[in-house]
Amino acid sequence: MIKCLVIDDEPLARSIVCDYLQQYPQVQLVQECNNGFEGVKAIMQHQPDLIFLDIQMPKINGFEMLELVEQVPGVIFTTAFDEYAIKAFETNAVDYLLKPFTQERFDAAMKKWLQKQAQPVKEAPAKALEQVPAKQPEEQVRVVVKVNNDIRIIPVQDILYLEAYDDYVKIYTSTGCFLKKKTMGYYEKTLEEKQFVRVHRSYIIALSQLTRIEPLEKETHVALLKNGTRIPLSKSGYSRLKAVLGI
Amino acid sequence: MPPFRIIALYVGWGLLWAGVQGWVLCTTGFPVNLAFTDALLTNVLVITGGCAMSITLRFYRPGVRQVVYLMCWSLGLAGVCLLMYTTAIEQLLKPETDYLAFIDQTLPVRLAFNWLMILFIVLQNWLWLYIKEKQQAEERKAATEKLAREAELFTLRQQLQPHFLFNSLNSISALVNTRPEQARKMVQQLSEFLRGTLRRDNQSMVPLADELQHLQFYLEIEKVRFGHRLQTEIICEEEALPLQLPYLLLQPIVENAIKFGLYDTLDDILIRISAHVQDSLLVISTQNPFDGELLQHKQGTGFGLDSLRRRLYLLYARHDLLTTEHQGQVFSTTVKIPQKL
Repeated sequence: MIKCLVIDDEPLARSIVCDYLQQYPQVQLVQECNNGFEGVKAIMQHQPDLIFLDIQMPKINGFEMLELVEQVPGVIFTTAFDEYAIKAFETNAVDYLLKPFTQERFDAAMKKWLQKQAQPVKEAPAKALEQVPAKQPEEQVRVVVKVNNDIRIIPVQDILYLEAYDDYVKIYTSTGCFLKKKTMGYYEKTLEEKQFVRVHRSYIIALSQLTRIEPLEKETHVALLKNGTRIPLSKSGYSRLKAVLGI
Repeated sequence: MPPFRIIALYVGWGLLWAGVQGWVLCTTGFPVNLAFTDALLTNVLVITGGCAMSITLRFYRPGVRQVVYLMCWSLGLAGVCLLMYTTAIEQLLKPETDYLAFIDQTLPVRLAFNWLMILFIVLQNWLWLYIKEKQQAEERKAATEKLAREAELFTLRQQLQPHFLFNSLNSISALVNTRPEQARKMVQQLSEFLRGTLRRDNQSMVPLADELQHLQFYLEIEKVRFGHRLQTEIICEEEALPLQLPYLLLQPIVENAIKFGLYDTLDDILIRISAHVQDSLLVISTQNPFDGELLQHKQGTGFGLDSLRRRLYLLYARHDLLTTEHQGQVFSTTVKIPQKL
């Protein structure tokens, strides 16, 4: 039995997917979700094989929801927005259905997914794709994180600095520190370069938080943040910082 | 054209004429050295004069009617060149009295030659600049036209709201099987809405009653899509109904309110629209719930309202007609339309 979820904030849009799914007796629709919050919960609860995901939804969008899920199932996006297609395929989506879509188009997406299932999983190329950041990644305005079962939306303005932490990135804000499964490279690319600088292999700081730069030893420096944190600067990080500050 | 090439051109031109003049003088029986000194000096002066004029032309270009000025200037310049020439040649060829006498005799011819040469350079320059200016004007015109076209396209796209359209079509597609009656009704509403959007040009004014009718179609469609969450309430004073407002002004405000309400909160939302008359103003305000925490970070805040603010400014030359405020969990947008009394 294939377990699947439909996540969309419009009931009629969900009903059309359910309708099309009737052709597939082997697929069991376990739940319909009204928004990303319900989506995250349902994914954790049911561990579905496949989800149909809308992008524009209340509070957190489909992409942000996916970021909160540890075991990402197969994803077929269903949306009226064609501008997200590239981003969608970067998240390793099975397919991208543009609303309104026909049963034929839906079947093609299902076929694609079923074929993908039948073949041995090729994780390697998918991973490689994930590593390559989009040519023009969308600039981030907020970061969505999960703290236990609570979902928090952090505006980038609230970020003090980021620290690499194994496979994760620690995001420090004035209200605490949050973990996010992403790479430093990802944040270096997607955070506004005038506001955030990668000053070290393991650190990105918010320029607004910087109070001063102090020499540590010969040729090494530390950055002092407003809250008193001292961040080491690498050689290239120091020159990048100087370039951004114009000194 | 790079300056060195222009200079080379002038020098080449001068040398050519110096050659011609020298050769003519030689054939009439003057010694080669005298003939070529004379020719070279004449032409160097003339070319310098021509250059000076063309540089001036770059900064001040007389129109076709002021062509007389150009003639006078070049004549004056030719005279100056001749004067400089005679003084210089007297110094250079002091012992050659015969030749100097010959120069004296040919002064009028020389003046005419100088004048023609300078005039030629000036004319050619004037023509070149004229063509260049024409080209630039053409380019500017093309660029403006392109901009205008793009703006037009943009407004059109804005008015049609592809996302709204596609999502509505998707809802219809969902209804077709289960509730065909409602699907038909929604097709009709969507058609009415689109007809209303495409009907008039941007400038025209419509009575509030018409605008509310148009809004009703929009809200009905949105309610089919989000019926489980969306409630609307329209309160309108009787005397406000016939008052005029710019066409399609309300819909973007309400659209914005719905977007805010639906996408920033998880709860059911109520959109409240009220209209009343205050002094000579038609005041319409829209209220929607919102999440204060998210407000400042929302990318969607601006656009719809920014272009609206601009439109109001273009129509009434006032910046204070559109205001927004938030109190607690309620965001309100108020628009005031001055009425002609």
